Amino acid sequence: MGGIHVLAGFDAFTLTWHYFFSQLVAGLTLGSLYALLALGYSMVYGILKLLNFAHGEVFMIGSYIGYFVLTALGGATSPNVSIPILLLLMFGAAMVGSGLLGVAIERFAYRPLRHASRIAPLISALGVSFFLQQLATLLFGSVPKQYNTFSLHNGSLFNRITIGAFEIQYMQLFVIVAAVVLMLALTQLVARTKVGRAMRATSFDLEAASMMGIDIDRVIVFTFFVGSALAGAGGVMNGLIFQNVNPYIGFNAGLKAFTAAVIGGIGSIKGAMWGGLTIGVAQAFATGYLSSAYQDVIVFAVLVVVMLVRPTGLFGTPALQKV
Amino acid sequence: MADPPTRPQIGADEWVARSAERSAAGRARTWAEQTPAPIRYGALAVVVTLIALVPVMTSDEYILRVGVVSLIYALLALGLNVSVGLAGLLDLGYVAFYGFGAYGYALLSSSKFGVHWSLWETLPLVLGTSILVGFLLALPSRRLVGDYLAIVTLFFGQIFYTIAVQGYRVPLITFHGTHDITGGPNGIADVDDFRVFGHHLTTNRAYFWFSLIAVVVVFTAIHFLNESRTGRAWRAHRDDPLATELMGMPINWLKLLAIAVGASVGALAGTINAASLHGAFPDDYSTPVLITIYAMVILGGAGSLLGVVLGALTVNILLEVLRTPDHARWILYIAIVVALLAKVRPWRKLAAVLAGTLAFGIAVHAIVAAAWPRGVHGLVSISGTDFSNGGWFGWALRHWLVLPAHTYEEGQYTWFNVALVALIGLVLVLTMVRGWVRWALLVPTLWLAALVWETRLVEEGTGPTRFLLLGAILVVLMAARPQGFLGTHRVEIV
Repeated sequence: MGGIHVLAGFDAFTLTWHYFFSQLVAGLTLGSLYALLALGYSMVYGILKLLNFAHGEVFMIGSYIGYFVLTALGGATSPNVSIPILLLLMFGAAMVGSGLLGVAIERFAYRPLRHASRIAPLISALGVSFFLQQLATLLFGSVPKQYNTFSLHNGSLFNRITIGAFEIQYMQLFVIVAAVVLMLALTQLVARTKVGRAMRATSFDLEAASMMGIDIDRVIVFTFFVGSALAGAGGVMNGLIFQNVNPYIGFNAGLKAFTAAVIGGIGSIKGAMWGGLTIGVAQAFATGYLSSAYQDVIVFAVLVVVMLVRPTGLFGTPALQKV
Repeated sequence: MADPPTRPQIGADEWVARSAERSAAGRARTWAEQTPAPIRYGALAVVVTLIALVPVMTSDEYILRVGVVSLIYALLALGLNVSVGLAGLLDLGYVAFYGFGAYGYALLSSSKFGVHWSLWETLPLVLGTSILVGFLLALPSRRLVGDYLAIVTLFFGQIFYTIAVQGYRVPLITFHGTHDITGGPNGIADVDDFRVFGHHLTTNRAYFWFSLIAVVVVFTAIHFLNESRTGRAWRAHRDDPLATELMGMPINWLKLLAIAVGASVGALAGTINAASLHGAFPDDYSTPVLITIYAMVILGGAGSLLGVVLGALTVNILLEVLRTPDHARWILYIAIVVALLAKVRPWRKLAAVLAGTLAFGIAVHAIVAAAWPRGVHGLVSISGTDFSNGGWFGWALRHWLVLPAHTYEEGQYTWFNVALVALIGLVLVLTMVRGWVRWALLVPTLWLAALVWETRLVEEGTGPTRFLLLGAILVVLMAARPQGFLGTHRVEIV
């Protein structure tokens, strides 16, 4: 019924391929951002079986760090350094800063609770999330800080490459490529390196891994660092695309990203990527063809359907519970 | 036994032998367990009667309003306690049911659509629907581990808020145009008063009594529910879901039931809130409220009915005090003194810490005064408090803390933010160090806490500070005393 009404409101423009592709590209951009965030959730969940609610806030802090680096280097209108170096510094600082924040959160909020009841770390995570959000409000104010990246290089970063009906902004292309590079790097890290093998072993069976001589604490700290660094990178990307940052972006982005991780199959890296893209595209199409007001409702509907049809997610394996 | 008690006994696991000791949770609980039931219930009845007499003793509208809100929070805490404390389910969409009750009542008994149903028609419908929604919500996650329930419910809460805010242009009901259902960000105003047995409840005093009766009824109902088969099954599920399932308990049904009972209590609280405020507004049913209710339940002790009610009253009154800077100012100093008195033994150490903190502040003040006289001018704080004529206390603060002139200037503002971050860092370091280093570090921490409190936190008492404190309460309690005031300490057996 609602669909009919909404469709009746379509003009010729919204039914072109051009419009379709622009929504698709926006969805993929957003999706790669969610995928980066979802990886952090998924990795931590895989190892600690912990829903890290504070992950969204780490993303928000990363975005602020990017903003302050940008401001310190002269702002977007007249940066003191060339654009590649500027972006590199923003990403570097945000990733290291967020990574350290993630490690601190693990050390002080989660480690003391590792042997507590299952619900305790979740409540602690909720507390950390809220604490960071309010701390950011107190420190940076609730007024959004403007990245203003549109002024970078006279806005040429937002020019479009056009191939037929398909067109993409340089900035969107940059974000998608950067996210893909980071995800490929992570996949290689997990698949090829020694610490990656330790992570996989810990995720498979924490206790057995520790008996095999793996230093569990180090693996967990490393996981938190990598996951939070990805969130920090996502925060900067968020600023680059949406041009601003406020203390409340973390909660919503975290919710979407966690949904992405669940849809993809929690604990699975491939699942987090595909889940992120699914959510991003679903949200973009919901915004483009229905109404931006109900994008959350659409995403929630996707989550519920996936959980009813395939509770383990797209790429998850059914968890065997050993007693 | 031939073995001296100090040596480990073969076959007797020390961990098992000391389980009673571990589960003992403070003197209050022990007292409650040793006192015969009639005395306990008698004491409770006396307390309830005293609370019921509050509106007789005062006619101050402000106090009565705070009382009504506290009682509504007590109701909310009781409802959340069913899913979190009794059944061990992390229901993060609870606040949506609270809002559901409020909006349900507001839609059916206000001039919004000209529908004016009475309480006895609206309440069963609202409660029934919220129970149904609770069932539906828990359904997709019933086969999954608890964490999935957390994420689905959290998202559900967010969806409720979105719908409440965006619901003033709903295209779904007819084929043309959009419809205003929820009033959007402005909410629904002009909601009817409760009409009970021919009486219109119009004053805060009436709502105070109504809420008190609701709390007593819900408390009693949940108490009996908790003692019943279902309650025992819930607690078993909380302590070990797998074992409960293997004992033949219908755990899916138990989960659904716990969420639904919680939902109905939340919805009841919502209707009272909507009627007493004469309106339903979306921001009253958003995530900060959820965190507040969680802080109440955790502080009071999840699982203990009396505990969560106490937690609700404590937290709400604390938040209320934070609203007025002149009263809020004292909270920190009272908290520090109480914490030091409780934790620091012997008294020489306590005296040393206090004297050290005083001396530290005076020393820092002297150094800054010598190096940068404007830095200790101490005229105006950000909150506009004039420390120069703030009585003896303001005078003392001026000579102890470093309060520059005109602290509202941008640059100096930043320094207090740096101090806040430094304070958090110091507190975290304090948890890592032991021995004399800890005592030495405690001194600058206390001073810095006072500085940040006076310059940055008291001023924002209605805004970020209250939620910053609630977040911190959740984290600190989980690490230090997960059982809260009156809860039972549990050891998870893996």
